[in-house]
Amino acid sequence: MKELLDLLEKDFTQSPDELAIMLNKPAKEISALIAKFQSEQIIVKYQTIIDWEKAGVDKVTAVIEVKVTPQREVGFDAIAERIYRYPEVRSVYLMSGSYDLSVAVEGTTLREVADFVSTKLSTIDGVVSTTTNFMLKKYKYAGVIINDQEEKEHRLVVSP
Amino acid sequence: MNWADRISPTVKSIPPSGIRRFFDIAAEMKGVISLGVGEPDFVTPWHIRESCIYGLNRGQTSYTSNAGLLELRAEIAKSLYNNYQVTYAPRSELLVTVGVSEGLDLAMRALLSPGDEVLIPEPCYVSYKSCVILAGGVAVTVPTTIENQFRITAKELELFVTPRTKVLLIGYPNNPTGAVMSRQDLADIALFATKHDLIVISDEIYAQLTYDGTHTCFSSLPGMMERTIVLNGFSKAYAMTGWRIGYAAAHADFIAAMTKIHQYTMLSAPIMGQLAAIEALKRGEKDVEQMTAEYNQRRRLILNGFRQMGLDCFEPKGAFYLFPSIKKTGLTSLQFAEQLLQAEKVALVPGDAFGDCGEGFVRCSYATSTANIKEALLRIERFATSIKGR
Repeated sequence: MKELLDLLEKDFTQSPDELAIMLNKPAKEISALIAKFQSEQIIVKYQTIIDWEKAGVDKVTAVIEVKVTPQREVGFDAIAERIYRYPEVRSVYLMSGSYDLSVAVEGTTLREVADFVSTKLSTIDGVVSTTTNFMLKKYKYAGVIINDQEEKEHRLVVSP
Repeated sequence: MNWADRISPTVKSIPPSGIRRFFDIAAEMKGVISLGVGEPDFVTPWHIRESCIYGLNRGQTSYTSNAGLLELRAEIAKSLYNNYQVTYAPRSELLVTVGVSEGLDLAMRALLSPGDEVLIPEPCYVSYKSCVILAGGVAVTVPTTIENQFRITAKELELFVTPRTKVLLIGYPNNPTGAVMSRQDLADIALFATKHDLIVISDEIYAQLTYDGTHTCFSSLPGMMERTIVLNGFSKAYAMTGWRIGYAAAHADFIAAMTKIHQYTMLSAPIMGQLAAIEALKRGEKDVEQMTAEYNQRRRLILNGFRQMGLDCFEPKGAFYLFPSIKKTGLTSLQFAEQLLQAEKVALVPGDAFGDCGEGFVRCSYATSTANIKEALLRIERFATSIKGR
């Protein structure tokens, strides 16, 4: 099961037939497993990693350290939800350490992101402070090196 | 002046590797998908590379002791014990070599007197025969067959043993066939070795790439510790081919003799590679597991592909090669490989490059991405269909 998930996480475009061959299982069993993973939300979503810079599309991303006052009964969850419901917010993590929530916000311009932080994020009840860090360059994302030069074939075409 | 006349007759008697010619053609072409590569497509795991860089930064650029860094030998001893329950003393029974290639050369030179015979099951790695001849020995090849899944048996060896036979050289999991030997298979060979008082050189470079069952280290068999020279290294399992680090594990007398040659001809294996090898043994287990799992997936994919084409193919249980029979096509191995390369730009290696009994087969390496394997299978199938139509 883990092996199947590993394969899917790496490349979800492989057909159940191919996966079945590689894992030495009947294709029907693989299809059923995938369906089960999807319905149980073990597979949350299939996504593509795009190098937007190379595609010529401007994007600005900020990682914001947010300090909040946790609330009775719901802890951090209620504030986190109020933040992650915004479509501008790409990711939200609860952190240990000097701040509570790490919030990644994406926009097309610096102004747009700054506006979001000052008008939306900082004004949420329970948000004590924010520190905004703009991302300068993306080297690696979701385990994938962006623009990896090492992928090139260095080996001899034929060797013993 | 014809300088070629001055070359030693022994060297002249050795044919150039059958792979070489093929390499020259394939290297010139564009858009070739190669299933002809005998090394991992993975790059050495980063933590291993990084440990070498750290060593360089600290100025670790010197010779090491002839036998190799003691820390590395200690790690090798530990790993041999953990994997196969064989005990070797780091100070006297282990030698760090420049790949298995050097280990093999040292073993042959340490053991052979002119005319001594070495039994070599074929198909086998391309350098076995040449190493024997260069050391003054006589290579006696013993064919294996697809019917017995390219395993060697004592019965077959008995047909070729003579009073001059001194050494048996085996390499399982096997390059080029992917064959493995079970513990029972090897136990029969052990009895044969004892009966004829042979020394066994066991090249186990693909040991960790065993997909079905577990690898048996030849020296772990009863009575074999003293008469076996185990050769292994880091190239395949850790994707460290270019680092050139291998080792020999054997009785102290053998290691002492091999070290004598090594100290005069090589001095020591490069320290950078040795440092990387220490890191590989200390923290590389997970990498090996991951790479092996991926090879195994590709192995099933390529095996399935060839079988769908209707080509006879036994299931390889080790290394990263498939050795399908192309006899049905009516072509020789070389014709098949050359025509496939010209027509569909897929490079693989004709089976006869690994011994006469490899004729009728081709070696396909699946140490390449699944995307490449899938595309290569499509092209090979198209080629196979076009031959049928002729």
